[in-house]
Amino acid sequence: MAKRIDVSGLSAFYGSHKAIDDISMTIEPRSVTAFIGPSGCGKSTFLRTLNRMHEVTPGGRVEGKVMLDDENLYGSGVDPVAVRRTVGMVFQRPNPFPTMSIFDNVAAGLRLNGSYKKSELKDIVERSLKGANLWNEVKDRLNKPGSGLSGGQQQRLCIARAIAVEPQVLLMDEPCSALDPISTLAIEDLIGELKERFTIVIVTHNMQQAARVSDRTAFFNLAAVGKPGKLIEIDETERIFSNPSVQATEDYISGRFG
Amino acid sequence: MNSSSLSDTPPTPASTDNFASISGKSVRPGDRIFLGLSRGSGIALLVIMAAIAAFLTYRSVLAISGDKANFFTTLDWNATGTEPKFGIAVLAFGTVVSSVIAMAIAVPVAVGIALFISHYAPRKLASTLGYVIDLLAAVPSIVYGLWGALFLVPHLTGLYGWLDDYLGWTGIFEYGDGAARSLFTVGILLAIMILPIVTSVSREVFLQAPKMHEEAALALGATRWEVIRMSVLPFGRSGIISASMLGLGRALGETMAVATVLSPSFLIGKSLLDPGGGTFAQNIASKFSEADEFGQDALIASGLVLFVITLLVNGAARLIIARRKEYSGAAA
Repeated sequence: MAKRIDVSGLSAFYGSHKAIDDISMTIEPRSVTAFIGPSGCGKSTFLRTLNRMHEVTPGGRVEGKVMLDDENLYGSGVDPVAVRRTVGMVFQRPNPFPTMSIFDNVAAGLRLNGSYKKSELKDIVERSLKGANLWNEVKDRLNKPGSGLSGGQQQRLCIARAIAVEPQVLLMDEPCSALDPISTLAIEDLIGELKERFTIVIVTHNMQQAARVSDRTAFFNLAAVGKPGKLIEIDETERIFSNPSVQATEDYISGRFG
Repeated sequence: MNSSSLSDTPPTPASTDNFASISGKSVRPGDRIFLGLSRGSGIALLVIMAAIAAFLTYRSVLAISGDKANFFTTLDWNATGTEPKFGIAVLAFGTVVSSVIAMAIAVPVAVGIALFISHYAPRKLASTLGYVIDLLAAVPSIVYGLWGALFLVPHLTGLYGWLDDYLGWTGIFEYGDGAARSLFTVGILLAIMILPIVTSVSREVFLQAPKMHEEAALALGATRWEVIRMSVLPFGRSGIISASMLGLGRALGETMAVATVLSPSFLIGKSLLDPGGGTFAQNIASKFSEADEFGQDALIASGLVLFVITLLVNGAARLIIARRKEYSGAAA
């Protein structure tokens, strides 16, 4: 179910601009890894290289290796479409398909992957919505459009959509930054449950959130505006927040930066 | 508009402080002029529309009450003499059929071109192609008509023969011989003429499809076509319908190109490939200059029918768009 990610020597570019430089790290399966760091340090870019979404941006290019267990995502002959079916993603702003019903939103990925019987589809949709702690709120209106839900519900719908296809890894790009504190709490609880089944990577600007939900935390920084972002350190979350080994991390966490 | 209003603006307070009083009216002349102008334009529009409608209705009533045959079913157009007999059946049939053929050809092609420009083509090719398509719209319709009559008509006989061989059994694609001056040829020509407008409107809509929904599809492991099917086409649906309606409006009303290509007759042929037939606009254009006053009334009445058909088509399109508003991308 969940797989280990092993990144080595990874750099990403936008055209000729290098956005992140030479990043290597290991992301453990069945755990939550948080990426923190100032804006523009490349943590979102790095996240998007883990499911080959970076190269969708015009001019986007990647060098280096990302091993998912023993398979290189950037190996020759690897289909990026297949990679994205294995590594799911949840975005900053909730983005359910506005023209689809709640049911169809959750089933969207399944329908891409192959044909399912109606009853199978119903079971998986129900299981995914339960997995996203949304089932009780929407079970009576599965045929209503997903865009009619509240922001927090929409984001949980997107999580249900992502986990419906049973990915190995779930990437989350600031999933709570557009949500109120109560919805945020609901998502954070959900992340705690989901890590039993998936490898989860979450980008967040909220350090309390990183401290609350993650097992390991990676700190990214950049030397100056226009310079590529770098991984400063990655360690147990507890250590990063209590006794980081790099001074820059401590400065950032305690608010002494710039 | 009231020009004296310019002179009675309130006098500026003599006090030296920088804050204007918040009590009392402070209508600036610019506001009044703009209000007058915009309100006047709005009213003028309604007055002009009402005048046109009244004029058309009045002359049409004169014509229809003077018609000695059924205005809707008669297969003839003879609006002179003491026994005028004319009807719009042929014109309505010809207008609708040629426009439907044009839509059936143009809309799929236009959507395809628009998708290619917005989502497949490299940026440089896309802008060149967009420019060429827009250029097509700048060709005057009489030029299309000449091209249709001098190139399309002689070159379509081969296609006609082929259609007769394989689809002749349906009846609507039967073809003997003779010039290809039929409603089908008109439909093809109209398709080419409405292609640019349908393409450029659809392209604009597709380009506005929200990136975040395209990324949502991509992240689920959708191929490029699946991304388009899941996020671009549903978002662009109402835009495609609007674009088609713009094209249809042009096809329904197209005059010169049709008049140049079609050999007009007041018969409804069994086959689409039969030469002859007519459309509202073509009939008005070819008969108006030599019609007497009653003849003009008759033509105006046919114009009113075209107007009503266009209204109905537009209304239907709006209904289609409104029915699925709940699911439209705008609600997100």
